[in-house]
Amino acid sequence: MTHVLKIEDLHVSVGDKPILRGVNLTLNHGETHALMGPNGSGKSTLGLAIMGHPGYEVTSGSITLDGKDVLEMAPDERARAGIFMAFQRPMAIPGVKMADFLRHATTNVRRPDRKEGEELIPMREFRKELREKMEHLRMDSEFARRYVNDGFSGGEMKRAEILQLAMLQPKFAVLDETDSGLDADAVRLASESIADIGHQKMGLLIITHHDKLLEHNPPDFTHVMLGGRLVETGGKELAEELHQHGYDRIRKAYPDAEALNQKLLAEEAEEALA
Amino acid sequence: MSQTTTHAFDAAGFDALLASQSEPDWLTTLRREAFEHAEAMSWPERRHEEWIRTDIRTFQLGKFGLPVLEPADCDLTETEPLHQLVEGVALGGRIETVDGCITKESLDEDLAAKGVVFGSLSKLAQSHPELVRPYLFTAFDPDHDKFAALHAAFMSGGQFLYVPRGVVVDRPLHIGSILTDGGTDTTHTLVVLEDGAEATLLHESNSTDAGGAGLHLGSIELVQKPGSNLRYVNLQEWGHKTYHFAQQKAVIDRDCSLQWTIAAMGSSLSKVNQSVDLVGPGAHSQVNGVMFTEGRQHLAYHTLQHHKAESCRSDFLYKAAQQDKSRTVWRGMIKVDPAAQKTDGYQRNDNLVLSHHARADSIPGLEIEADDVRCTHGSTTSKVDEDQIFYARCRGFTRKEATRMIVTGFFQQIFDRITIDSVREALGAAIARQVREYE
Ligand SMILES: Nc1ncnc2c1ncn2[C@@H]1O[C@H](COP(=O)(O)OP(=O)(O)OP(=O)(O)O)[C@@H](O)[C@H]1O
Ligand SMILES: [Mg+2]
Repeated sequence: MTHVLKIEDLHVSVGDKPILRGVNLTLNHGETHALMGPNGSGKSTLGLAIMGHPGYEVTSGSITLDGKDVLEMAPDERARAGIFMAFQRPMAIPGVKMADFLRHATTNVRRPDRKEGEELIPMREFRKELREKMEHLRMDSEFARRYVNDGFSGGEMKRAEILQLAMLQPKFAVLDETDSGLDADAVRLASESIADIGHQKMGLLIITHHDKLLEHNPPDFTHVMLGGRLVETGGKELAEELHQHGYDRIRKAYPDAEALNQKLLAEEAEEALA
Repeated sequence: MSQTTTHAFDAAGFDALLASQSEPDWLTTLRREAFEHAEAMSWPERRHEEWIRTDIRTFQLGKFGLPVLEPADCDLTETEPLHQLVEGVALGGRIETVDGCITKESLDEDLAAKGVVFGSLSKLAQSHPELVRPYLFTAFDPDHDKFAALHAAFMSGGQFLYVPRGVVVDRPLHIGSILTDGGTDTTHTLVVLEDGAEATLLHESNSTDAGGAGLHLGSIELVQKPGSNLRYVNLQEWGHKTYHFAQQKAVIDRDCSLQWTIAAMGSSLSKVNQSVDLVGPGAHSQVNGVMFTEGRQHLAYHTLQHHKAESCRSDFLYKAAQQDKSRTVWRGMIKVDPAAQKTDGYQRNDNLVLSHHARADSIPGLEIEADDVRCTHGSTTSKVDEDQIFYARCRGFTRKEATRMIVTGFFQQIFDRITIDSVREALGAAIARQVREYE
């Protein structure tokens, strides 16, 4: 059976502010989807809602994984069910070493029925696998001993997210601007690595403003988000067009969505000032 | 325990205690003085700066009896020797106590042959007065307050460690103190390290009943002669109805080094004064404090790093996490005397508040009378960040696992400073046990 992550008519609010206004998206296992759209259009919100962030309230619509109601699941249950997100802004956890964090995470995700306090993956086995994956990603072994995202550079954080993706081997992964903060070489490496890890083995939703990450991960579908809705869907060529020419055509073609987007941006600016 | 209720903290109890101890006259004299002072002193006033945040109205001394006076009267039925701090460690000696009463003591022969003395303070005060008398109550001040005076008058059992000049005790020594439900412990711990001596003392206290009531009126005196090196660890996990009042003080001389780690998890109410006097040039002290509270626990630590000589270093780091409706108080002071030029003093207190109803009071302070010094202090109070928890949950951690990991990470800085593996592990485990789910 191929796995399916299905999002239907999803509406999401933060507080009483509606952000997503009816998103439909079907992600089949083995497919790569690019999600593009101007700042503030709701891309990260979609990712966070898929993961179950408590601050993002689903007011209507559904998310299902192979027919099972994802909205019923706590975030850790979603992770154990095989859903992953590489964060646009990963959180630091001072005092917790990457290796310890990942050993626990990997154990929980690979053994979804594990109860608290039960054995973790044997240290040796885990270390070996981690070392191999880190070498593959050309990460210094010192990295495993650093505290999770604590004092990481922007690029280091993104590479750490890719490492987690490689270790957790989810069924579906949302990569939220995993290319931002990376230098040109690092983006190329990231693009290759993601292809290595993900190709055919998961369903990928790649949120990006650039085309580099897509180089080795040509999208089967490209979606454009504007004002909390997917206004257009196309193939690889749509991603190329948007990358080269920007969103002017889209903004003109969907004035209602554009107006909503501007409204949200204005509110955001207002809140930033307040 | 039935035994303890027969004598109270009064004149009759005091006489009974004196009658039960065959101790030297000089010690009896010290006790009598302290008892007179205790009788004359009133309980600390709420207005007093040290007690503003710590309400002792629920404490009634009359509810507690004197500690067990005869080892034969100790109820050992429910006690298991404590060994958390020394898992897998080859020890040089150990003392086990129940309600302050020594039930077992041992010291390896090779150490005894080098002149190391480790055992019951009250016995050693009789057999080795020349070692005890010059030091007893030199660091501890029985007149500090009524609790201190009561301790001095009614102390029983107690432990004494003496390490002669130049002797290195290469295996840790261990003290395990157990408090039975309703029991009283008035233990006095005295440690003396002569010039160039070295030792590691690991001291853990626990109650037979996690919710147990009890009273600990204690004191610790650490006396270090020039060039000596002491590592002292104190883990307390008393039952959650236990009262803990203690004066703990080290006096360290020229070129000494002291690493003192305190982990306070238990008790209903703790009020502890911890101080280090640096009295000779080049002395160095590092203090690591961990507090982790739950329920309605109230733990108050007042620390003092008193620089009396030049070119000394003191480095105090206290980290505390609070759950439920618990509260911790940390009040720190770096005092630098006019003579203490080139002082390097550091104090810091970080708090992680885990519940809306918990509270952390953090009051750093400096009193500097020398002009060529470097003293820094800081204090932070933060909440567990929901975004951190969410991030960990997205990686498969349950809420509780995420919280435990974040809390453990918060204390990591302290673990990094602890140089004894078994201690690091025991503290990690104690913290992990205490973390609960919260929303
Ligand atoms: N936690 C929040 N609190 C308040 N407003 C929020 C929150 N999260 C998102 N928003 C608002 O929702 C809108 C969409 O934000 P989102 O982060 O999903 O956009 P995005 O498409 O990912 O943008 P970018 O390309 O800049 O990353 C914005 O107006 C933003 O201010
Ligand atoms: Mg975003």
